[in-house]
Amino acid sequence: MADFEEYMRDGQVDHPPALYEDYKSTVLRSPSRKAVRLEHTLSEITGPIYGHGPILEGEDDLSIVEGEEAQGQRIFVSGQVLDENGKAVPNTLIEIWQCNAAGRYRHEVDQHPAPLDPNFVGGGRVVTDDRGSYKFTTIKPGAYPWGNHHNAWRPAHIHFSLFGPAFVTRLITQMYFPGDPLFPFDPIYNSIPNEKARERLVSSFDLETTEPDFALSFKFDFVLRGKNSTPFEQEKKS
Amino acid sequence: MRGITPSQTVGPFLKIGLERDELQYLVREDADGAIKILGHVYDGEGKPVPDAMIEIWQANIHGKYAHPDDSSEGAIIEGFSGFGRSCTDKDGKFFFVTVKPGRVSGRGNTLQAPHLAVNVFARGMLKHQVTRIYFEDEIESNSEDPILNSIVEKAARNTLLAKISQSEKNNFVYSFDIRLQGEGETVFFEV
Repeated sequence: MADFEEYMRDGQVDHPPALYEDYKSTVLRSPSRKAVRLEHTLSEITGPIYGHGPILEGEDDLSIVEGEEAQGQRIFVSGQVLDENGKAVPNTLIEIWQCNAAGRYRHEVDQHPAPLDPNFVGGGRVVTDDRGSYKFTTIKPGAYPWGNHHNAWRPAHIHFSLFGPAFVTRLITQMYFPGDPLFPFDPIYNSIPNEKARERLVSSFDLETTEPDFALSFKFDFVLRGKNSTPFEQEKKS
Repeated sequence: MRGITPSQTVGPFLKIGLERDELQYLVREDADGAIKILGHVYDGEGKPVPDAMIEIWQANIHGKYAHPDDSSEGAIIEGFSGFGRSCTDKDGKFFFVTVKPGRVSGRGNTLQAPHLAVNVFARGMLKHQVTRIYFEDEIESNSEDPILNSIVEKAARNTLLAKISQSEKNNFVYSFDIRLQGEGETVFFEV
């Protein structure tokens, strides 16, 4: 088999740890043993790039359900998916989900007594274009209370799921909005050890792409793992 | 070098964006060589995790990945993506209908045993965990697998082996439970 390039590991320190006691649900769901280091093989440097069905028209627009408009502040969320080397990641699936403008998810587990919106479901999908760009139209999600500690509220956020080109580039994260007063109190946001890395999850407002009389625009770029520039050489088969 | 985008938990409402039941079927139940992999996710107290999601990534029966970076000689099989996703139910249960992959080359001059690469996501997990599913009846190839052999403790190694559980509609059914913490804790990999 041919030589291949492994993915870099150094950037992985910017992820949150498995156990972060301020976020109580991690206490029983974090492994107690140290993860075993696995040197990359073909199984890690390949990944599910064709694993999803066709994207249908309208899956990029969460603000309209069957022609009816959702309540709340209409926004665009757009940006580019890059890797650590600055290379665009084209044709990769992005899936999102979020609560409505009042802070309520369309989900049986969500008992927050805020109104459901009949015209808001809260899930969407797109595939990045040739330059790694993506764009969603949605409603700005509300903040909502949760049971982690007394008077706990999640800052407004949108969940994002991305694949990238390999098994090891898989990423699920949350995008936040600039200037949210809840940041200092949110253990999920603060579980990221490095402040600079934490701030990478905050989108920025962009007037340029804001559409007059229609929607505010927020920009958010992703950086997935990149390949090492020096390829790992497979030993020749005897 | 650009700083990576850090991970955050999928939270309790992941199914709104991610649940797609058809992704549990990599092949049809009546396909030649179809197997079912059935398991549960448990937390550190042995309680089922009802808000987890398991994703698998595997080669086809020829040991070939549907991916441009796999330059090995095996044939691509039209319609087999190698990707599966299953969200757990209230009992923490997930399942996949697929085929046992062929052997894929490992590092250096080695051959890996048939295996699935696995990502585990859940509320309460700030970043997903990575594990692998091997098959207990692949005794010979398992004994040659460098990654499996790097786990010397037998009980830990056993957590990576799917066990033949029963025969259902002529499909082989394997069971593979994932224990996030504590007794019988699944071996997780840092990739």
